[in-house]
Amino acid sequence: MTDLPVAGVAEATPAPPPVSEAAANSQTAPPSDTPPPSETAPVSDVAPAPGLVRPRSARKRGHGRGLTLVLRALLPLALFGLWWWGTETGRISANVLVSPPEVVRTFGDLVSEDHLFHQLWVSLSLSLRGALIGGSLGLLFGAVAGLWRIGEELLDATMQMLRTIPFLAVVPLFIVWLGIGDTPKVLLISLATLFPMYLNTYNGVRNVDRRVIEAMDVFGLRGARLVAKVIIPLALPSILTGLRFCLGVSVLALIAAEQINSSAGLGYLMYQAQSLQQVDILVVVLAIYAILGLLSDLVVRVLEKVLMPWHRGVAAR
Amino acid sequence: MTVTSDPTSPSASAAPSSSAASAAEGQLTVRVRDVRKAFARPVLDGIGLDIHAGEFVALLGASGSGKTTLLRILAGLEAADSGSVWVPPTRTVVFQEPRLVPSQRVWRNVVVGRRGGRSGRAAARAALAEVGLEDWENAWPATLSGGQAQRVALARALVREPQLLLLDEPFAALDALTRIRMRQLIGDLCARHRPAVLLVTHDVDEAIVLADRVVVLTDGQISLDRRIDLPRPRSVGDPGFAEFHRLLLAELGVHEH
Repeated sequence: MTDLPVAGVAEATPAPPPVSEAAANSQTAPPSDTPPPSETAPVSDVAPAPGLVRPRSARKRGHGRGLTLVLRALLPLALFGLWWWGTETGRISANVLVSPPEVVRTFGDLVSEDHLFHQLWVSLSLSLRGALIGGSLGLLFGAVAGLWRIGEELLDATMQMLRTIPFLAVVPLFIVWLGIGDTPKVLLISLATLFPMYLNTYNGVRNVDRRVIEAMDVFGLRGARLVAKVIIPLALPSILTGLRFCLGVSVLALIAAEQINSSAGLGYLMYQAQSLQQVDILVVVLAIYAILGLLSDLVVRVLEKVLMPWHRGVAAR
Repeated sequence: MTVTSDPTSPSASAAPSSSAASAAEGQLTVRVRDVRKAFARPVLDGIGLDIHAGEFVALLGASGSGKTTLLRILAGLEAADSGSVWVPPTRTVVFQEPRLVPSQRVWRNVVVGRRGGRSGRAAARAALAEVGLEDWENAWPATLSGGQAQRVALARALVREPQLLLLDEPFAALDALTRIRMRQLIGDLCARHRPAVLLVTHDVDEAIVLADRVVVLTDGQISLDRRIDLPRPRSVGDPGFAEFHRLLLAELGVHEH
């Protein structure tokens, strides 16, 4: 072993010793098995040779949870502040927008006099039933079209065609066909939520890594078990995007559906308020919609965490 | 016996230096001092390393010994927890996988991130010719074989004339024959362009064939730092090769019978 030469020989180094290494040089000659030079070298801001730089790490340390919360709340709070300030100072007329305290008061009145929570429940139940039917069908069709060529050939063209029909345009038709009960409302919401779920599932299933599927084939994982254990989990990011759209659209379709001769529900409240020009009630209902949107996003985020423990972060960050 | 590589250390002058000229000819290109990095556990635990211009250093180590982390710190892809790192401004990396942009043709991949259209194309063509892919400049990355794609990645790294070339197990995903060809290609190209090179690998033969100097990382620390003074071109049958082979394997904890 001793005939192998030692690396980094000083006598052959023409470069002058860097200024920052003065401390290291002043030491007595260490034995050949010294600890690494790192333990004696001072940390200095002077480049050890001309032209050298410190690598700039692209990956910054993330900030804490507290700051995240503040950043997320920043814009909504700013808008809220602007609203409050505008209505209190009279820059926004009460006919346009009522002030936040007014909205809170109206909210209280609605809860006590108009059974707001009952209305909310009526609406939510409609929208969830619709989303459940539409989302499940979308998931099923999307998976079938994504998995099998024959499924795609049978379904995809039809779905692409139907999806461009605005669901609002079929409201009159549904009334003619199905009357004015809950059925046309639920079906309308189902129809509206079917397509976002279908498109995202189809896309997600089709983009599952074929090499993984091939490997599973080798190990005998086929058919329904393959779908359940590999394909659907790997398509989940897309499917959950579909779910996000689905929940959003279900609330959207709800408003349209509750035009159909309703006697309860958020939409009913809104149409009444509209005809009586009650801006305060309209604002309360809008705020409820916003909170529903926030909640549905929260639900999907939690689902993402629970269903995809392997899916860490976003690649581009 | 552990030997340090600090060129400022006076003790080093006592050592034999038959091949020192090749490495010490250039000026300091990389200086790493007391670098520490921990993920769940400490990965780099006080690393010190100097590389000089034109020097080819192979960094060996078992899986999880922190080789790639050190390379990523030099590349600026990861920040060290503590310690000081100095590198030249132009550094390029060849990763284990080609990492080409699938939506860009081969020549655009080579000059990706560079400004200037026409001169870029000429530069890409020249770089592709150097790796033997001059006929593939208009191909899509998906149509290339693994070895070809990795050669494109190499052309992409060299077209910038880096002062420091970082190779992160660039042959690991290739078949044995392609590996040998790539090894020769990298040896030739590095001899021609003379960047400082840090090659991360766990292939002992590869390290001995290519490197001026071999550094072994064990448990987050440099456990061996040796100059390889064998004449070039080297091959596995050369006298002295086996001795280095045995030494490095022993350092990596593999003992042959």
